Amino acid sequence: MRGPAFLEKLEAALPGAVTGRNLEALDPWIEVAPERIADVSRWLKESSEPRFDALECVTAVDWCEPDPKKAAKVAWQPRIEMVYHLWSTAARVSLVLKATLPRWKNDTPGELPEIPSVAGVWRTADWHELEVFDISGVNFIGHPDQRRILCPEDWEGYPLRKDYEMPLDYHGIRGR
Amino acid sequence: MAQLIDDDPRIIEFDVRTDEMLVNMGPQHPSTHGVLRLVLRTDGEVVSEVEPHIGYLHRCAEKIGENLTHRQWIPYTDRMDYLAAMNMNLGWALAVEKLMKYEVSEKARHLRVLIAELNRIASHLVGMGAYGLDLGTFSPFLYAFREREKILDLFEEACGARLTYSYITVGGLTADLPPGWLQKCEAFLDQFEPIIKEYHALLTTNAIFVKRTANIGVMSRELAIEYGCSGPVLRGSGVDQDMRRDGEAIYTAMYDGYAFEVAVMKDGHYPRDHEYPPVPADAVLGDCWHRFFVRMLEVVQSMDLVRQAIDRYSACKGTIGEPLKLTEKMPAGDAYLETEAPKGQMGFYLVSDGSAIPWRVRARSSSFSNLAVAPELCRGCLIADVPAIVGSLDIVMGEIDR
Repeated sequence: MRGPAFLEKLEAALPGAVTGRNLEALDPWIEVAPERIADVSRWLKESSEPRFDALECVTAVDWCEPDPKKAAKVAWQPRIEMVYHLWSTAARVSLVLKATLPRWKNDTPGELPEIPSVAGVWRTADWHELEVFDISGVNFIGHPDQRRILCPEDWEGYPLRKDYEMPLDYHGIRGR
Repeated sequence: MAQLIDDDPRIIEFDVRTDEMLVNMGPQHPSTHGVLRLVLRTDGEVVSEVEPHIGYLHRCAEKIGENLTHRQWIPYTDRMDYLAAMNMNLGWALAVEKLMKYEVSEKARHLRVLIAELNRIASHLVGMGAYGLDLGTFSPFLYAFREREKILDLFEEACGARLTYSYITVGGLTADLPPGWLQKCEAFLDQFEPIIKEYHALLTTNAIFVKRTANIGVMSRELAIEYGCSGPVLRGSGVDQDMRRDGEAIYTAMYDGYAFEVAVMKDGHYPRDHEYPPVPADAVLGDCWHRFFVRMLEVVQSMDLVRQAIDRYSACKGTIGEPLKLTEKMPAGDAYLETEAPKGQMGFYLVSDGSAIPWRVRARSSSFSNLAVAPELCRGCLIADVPAIVGSLDIVMGEIDR
């Protein structure tokens, strides 16, 4: 069901959208070009067989080693990895989508990387994307109302970034 | 004078229609189940818009998880859904075991089922009692807490804690049951079984309760799936899905050989393996009454599972085995696992770089998705129905804010 035949159909429908895959992983995943994520999601929800009608979870994983000594040893490239866990209620199977983003847009620290929002595909993505924006710092293009959801509105920085530093003061409250 | 009003930006609200009002409900409000703030836009008694504001209980659990080993994070999962901490422990433990491809002993497996289902009963009792409170009746709450107390006593005897257990852990459980515990548990079940009828008399068939919940906050199955709802909220809309049956192999294997029917309305009726009161004529599939009723059915179903688990556990020879070491290394990779917690599907996502400390942990909370649908359900309802609808979702803020 999640095998190569399924992927062939996806590639035929949206050429060039799939940039990587690992069907042998614990949770088989396909990697999607970030700018095509909304198209792929819509296809998976409306046209694929089985239809992935439920979005369970949206996560951003920050791959970054703030310690320069350790950073020299790691094998991976610094990046933000978006992970979407989909579920099909009819066929009871799951699928994982991944997309790789730069840590900062145009390599300018503070400029958030961008990815199209999938809130128009699954409405549950609305809140999940707010959370990712709030704590991991990813801009969702086309999100209906992007704001901080867990942290206070005037919070600075994105706590789940690996190079995040806890503020020493917040409205007179000591941070350490 | 007219010029003055035009110039003063604070008086701009005079332009707003005078009969529309913003009402702030919470974060300190008894029927928001914790620190949830709802901003209601009302027109007289009718609510036109509800906006939930969350985050008052945010404790950075995911960030903390990136600094502790897998087993050290177990106590933090306790504090997510603190009414069903055993199920939270189980969700995380299984997610780590999935990544490590670790299998617990058979005895530990049955003990986990026993404990998790017992906790499900306790959680649904709070859900039921607190729902009565939301609707203005106090006594069911006391009836529910009386029985829940006995479950907590059992847990206290098994692991020493009454609310935040950390009992189920990666690689097994922290301790085996003390002698005589199973008899006490069976005595509780025997005593508890007839009391379910009391609950049905107090709430399920209560005319006022039915009036307050039937045909209120109706959620179609499409809407429920669209919003990623799960657990009793999803099954209350008639979607036949339960992770204990439909989930991943590592989780469903736990329930291998257990007989249970998913509490969902199929072909116009609920499972017929037990007696239960008839569905009221006013109730519509997907309304508050059905969400409540699914929970009540699950209490009975969990009792069955506990009995089965007691039999299987006592038939197992040997010990439950030792849990994994605190610093046991995990293989590099990632794993996501959803388990059926009382409130819905609790997902844990875990990324490892090969050390004992996870690179990233993510808790996908069921209440988070279940609450997100509240604005849809509350549109156009009466103010008094807002607690009825939000209460029927049975949310726990500790799990939403993490």
